[in-house]
Amino acid sequence: MDITEYIKLVFTDYTLRTITLGTAILGAVTGMLGSFAVLRKQSLLGDAISHAALPGIAISFLITGAKDSNVLLLGALVSGLIGTFWIRGIIKKTHLKSDTALGLILSLFFGFGMLLLTFIQKQPNANQAGLDKYLFGQAATLIESDVWLMAIVTGACLVVLLLFWKEFKILLFDADYTKTLGFNTKFIDILITTFIVLAIVLGLQTVGVVLMSAMLLAPAAAARQWTNSLGIMVFLAALFGAFSGVFGTAISASQNNLSTGPVIVIVASVFVLISFIFSPSRGLLFKQIRFIKNRRDLQLHKTLAFMHHIAKTHENISHPHTVKILNNFQGYTRSTLQKLVHKNYVRLDGNMWSLTEEGFKTASNLYNQQSDNNE
Amino acid sequence: MKNNIAVKVDDLTVAYNYKPVLWDIDLEIPEGVLMAIVGPNGAGKSTLIKSILGILNPIAGSVSIYGKSYEKQRALVAYVPQKGSVDWDFPTTALDVVMMGTYGSLGWIKRPGQKEKKIALEALEKVGMLPFKNRQISQLSGGQQQRIFLARALVQDASIYFMDEPFQGVDATTEIAIINILKELRKANKTVIVVHHDLQTVPEYFDWVTFLNVKKIATGPVKDIFNDDNLTKTYGINYKVSIQE
Repeated sequence: MDITEYIKLVFTDYTLRTITLGTAILGAVTGMLGSFAVLRKQSLLGDAISHAALPGIAISFLITGAKDSNVLLLGALVSGLIGTFWIRGIIKKTHLKSDTALGLILSLFFGFGMLLLTFIQKQPNANQAGLDKYLFGQAATLIESDVWLMAIVTGACLVVLLLFWKEFKILLFDADYTKTLGFNTKFIDILITTFIVLAIVLGLQTVGVVLMSAMLLAPAAAARQWTNSLGIMVFLAALFGAFSGVFGTAISASQNNLSTGPVIVIVASVFVLISFIFSPSRGLLFKQIRFIKNRRDLQLHKTLAFMHHIAKTHENISHPHTVKILNNFQGYTRSTLQKLVHKNYVRLDGNMWSLTEEGFKTASNLYNQQSDNNE
Repeated sequence: MKNNIAVKVDDLTVAYNYKPVLWDIDLEIPEGVLMAIVGPNGAGKSTLIKSILGILNPIAGSVSIYGKSYEKQRALVAYVPQKGSVDWDFPTTALDVVMMGTYGSLGWIKRPGQKEKKIALEALEKVGMLPFKNRQISQLSGGQQQRIFLARALVQDASIYFMDEPFQGVDATTEIAIINILKELRKANKTVIVVHHDLQTVPEYFDWVTFLNVKKIATGPVKDIFNDDNLTKTYGINYKVSIQE
């Protein structure tokens, strides 16, 4: 299937359209909220919340006996929220660190959820098959009403984000200070956390309990690499998330039988990988290039300074010297000399070199302003 | 001039677990002083500031700012937290951080505009950081970050400033720049309360001092109470002031 054909199919085929839209919206909202989780150093919170949602799904099935996804997700929401507030409680009331609290709640709730799932499977009820799709997600089960629900939550999230942008930003940066300005930090905190839980719960059906946290973290981690502005970061994270959804769906739809959730997560991880390597300011590649260039520049300056040191003992600064003297200087190479000539700092005449006026001036001013630059 | 009481603390007791961190603190800080809070590590210096500012909940005691509760007088108070208390890799610029000082007077939802930007730029100018206004905050040196925090507090145009170790990890240039600003604030009859570690500089920088070690040891003018006796009581060792006055 070629690309144009696929795009046509996205617009005409009901199932494909629903899944593409659903995963795109999901990616956007989790990317957006994930930025906040990442910046608050609560990356693992998403993992804990999604795992904590599992018993809620099982319990609401046990109570209602039906597999209506909205009812199950409501259960997931409740147990996800309970898990979140227990985590906060543990951190606040005990000496345990947050990673311990997250790990505890994650495994406790997930274990309980798995126990309930196996219990349900032993029930003489034909309806129970398919509950385990919440473990790894099954995008194919998305229907239009699910997508509507996602769109509504995303819209609400966007409105809240725009309204309380300033409050979110300052709380993320400096919570204590925010409190002294008279803001109710608890309210802002609960608002953010509630939306994070909501977004995670919405994604369970598509991506599943186990992989959900990647949806939250990967787009945000990728976005952070490209910008130093919170607004742009949130926007980029939403964009990366949405594209992960669309591409992931496309790949899994065109390669039969590939499960959508994991493919989306892998696409999102590719965004992370590319961002980590190729981001101009924070990426590994350009950092390394800058590092090497910087070393070369320093070597060049060092050579120039050495020449300056020799030249200044003579009355005429452009007095020629033999190239041989430079061999005593560690860090000198033929190519550095060429570069100095190229920059018009040095004149080369056979085996003799001499500093130009410009070269002399540059050398005497080298790193004099260092303190200004650093301070 | 120094008759008005800017900050009054009564019977303040704070505990994290079983042991109190602050025990029964009574403190009156007169208006217009530049006061150092000194004491050993774990003496509760930061805790005292945070409790006054309502960041921590005391077990007992009350705080009043110019005779009224802190909640009512919040607008009169500015806070400079410890530099290390935030993540400086946060995606934002120096100007943006300083603008946060205007958020309190803006209140909920309302966004800062041109007026707020102008105030922030003025504060940046005052701390000598105007050329760095668009710099990503992680690319600032420790001293510059401290000045940004100071500028953010200046933006609040408060009457009382609480600063938690503003001289920590800054070089001599920044230290002088900061102390000059603090002295200017005092000249404008503002009250400045500073958690301070360097005993050597207390007589030079401050005119008021509080000795703290879980309990309040002494408080008053530096020239009257900054002596061996109080230092020994606070630090527990036989302390000799080796400072040339």
